[in-house]
Amino acid sequence: MTDQTPRPGLLRPDLTLVAGLVPAGSRVLDLGCGDGALLAHLIETKGCRGTGVEREPDDVLAAIAADVPVIELDLDSQLSEFADGSYDVVVLSRTLQAVRHPGHLLTEMSRIGERLVVSMPNFGLWRHRLRLLSGHMPRSKDLPYSWHDTPNLHHATLVDLEALFAELGLRIERRIPLDEDGRPSRHSGRVANLLAGAAIYVLRRKA
Amino acid sequence: MTTPAPAPPGIGVVDTHHLRITEPGRPFTLASGASLTEVDIAYETYGTLNADRSNAVFICHALTGDAHAAGWHPGDRRPGWWDNFIGPGRAVDTDRWFVVCANLIGGCRGTTGPSSVNPDTGTPYGLDFPLVEVQDFVTAHLELGRRLGIEHWHAVIGGSLGGMQVLDWALRHPDTLDRAVVIAASARLTAQNIAFSAVGRQAILRDEAFHGGQFSTHGANPDVGLSIARMMAHITYLSEQAFQEKFGRTLQQGRDGRGFGIDFAVESYLDHQGEVFLTRFDALSYLYLTRVMDYFDPFSDPDALALVTQHPVRFLVASFTSDWRFATPHSRAIVRHLEQAGLPVTFRELESPWGHDSFLLQLDDYHDTVRAFLGAGSTT
Repeated sequence: MTDQTPRPGLLRPDLTLVAGLVPAGSRVLDLGCGDGALLAHLIETKGCRGTGVEREPDDVLAAIAADVPVIELDLDSQLSEFADGSYDVVVLSRTLQAVRHPGHLLTEMSRIGERLVVSMPNFGLWRHRLRLLSGHMPRSKDLPYSWHDTPNLHHATLVDLEALFAELGLRIERRIPLDEDGRPSRHSGRVANLLAGAAIYVLRRKA
Repeated sequence: MTTPAPAPPGIGVVDTHHLRITEPGRPFTLASGASLTEVDIAYETYGTLNADRSNAVFICHALTGDAHAAGWHPGDRRPGWWDNFIGPGRAVDTDRWFVVCANLIGGCRGTTGPSSVNPDTGTPYGLDFPLVEVQDFVTAHLELGRRLGIEHWHAVIGGSLGGMQVLDWALRHPDTLDRAVVIAASARLTAQNIAFSAVGRQAILRDEAFHGGQFSTHGANPDVGLSIARMMAHITYLSEQAFQEKFGRTLQQGRDGRGFGIDFAVESYLDHQGEVFLTRFDALSYLYLTRVMDYFDPFSDPDALALVTQHPVRFLVASFTSDWRFATPHSRAIVRHLEQAGLPVTFRELESPWGHDSFLLQLDDYHDTVRAFLGAGSTT
């Protein structure tokens, strides 16, 4: 689900941030792994092991060519293929909005892994709010699609997203709001919900 | 470029070679403990082994395959059984890889099998040939490799029964290969799978020309049983859609009204499949090799994964959407075992309407996947 053309050897900025949240030597499950760039980077530079999950045929082929183990399956219905507690980290980058049942997916992720790294575009960005006020569906770098031709099935603000985490018993260990260029922003709370184009969360199951 | 590039030419003319892997006083010992005094292996090779012997790829054939996987034998009307897959520029690129394919022990295409003459008695083994297992095929092929100067394989590839060999090879001898490609296979046949093979075997065993397995010494052959076994098995290799698209309900030309002959085109096709099979396959081998599949159940051993987790092998497991003989859940089960042991495993369910036989067909997504996996991580 990349919206930018990957350049060889250069990790997408948000994936660089995600990579920084993965401890060295972890076993990583990357759901919606695209061309496998994140896992290839983690395997090469941090001694991680892991598996990607992807369904886009071109991405799957690219991941295979990059020597990243990748399993074709449906995130909504087939995560039961993975055993309880079988990964240290489960990553879901910019994909939660594109699955049918985000709550079920998060529950499955927390069953499979101890630590979750989840990123999602923020519908509450001020620019999106202005677009809506002007009578149009939001479009931005983080939400580049027109309403009728988009892989995104759900839109949420960061506040709404965090309410879902709480409801599912997921504790937010770290929150990294990203500005519209994908760089970490200093803002937090309500201001972040207004100014962040997306956010990355590190989550753990509440004990 | 104004015209599309022509398909790259294949390997050209190839030969089947034979090699004895036993010595006087050193028989081949099977997993069961039984032994064979003499074992000859029929094999073919394509491409060139490089100086450091790091580009060898072994092809494991399926139930009725043989060593002739690619290229042409003089005078033949068809190339080897996997010629669309193996050759210069093809998925298994013989400009890059040195490819070896060998006929199975228990087979009938040049390797020692139940219709071979038992050197201890001077007569064909018949049903005295010991039962073999998938691991016996692997042991034989490893020995063949050693005699060809190959201790380590870049990859081992197979579909159906061939995929079972690949899996067994990777589990038992993980230090001898880097990559395992397991296509349209199963690690554990279902009752339905066994049932289909059982009917095929019964057709052979109940043929009055079978003579307790000594049909050749009676100058006979269980043609009826063997062709029925082949016809029925063939139905399970294709999908319903494949039959529908190939034949529909088309009537056979030249039939004389309704009756119990070959009224429908599909009946003619099956009849032809059965007849052709008689010219190249042995009824005893059919019994032995189908039985091998029935008993294959590597993960029933609780220590099945102990070796391969010490020497991780990179796996590619693939299934086809319309394969109902070894449907996708068979491959998913293999993937679960490997992935849950922490092994690097890639899985694809490839779109194809053609059923189990898809693994023998030229399907771009499939071939691109294997090509990418074989060359993964390298720059060329």
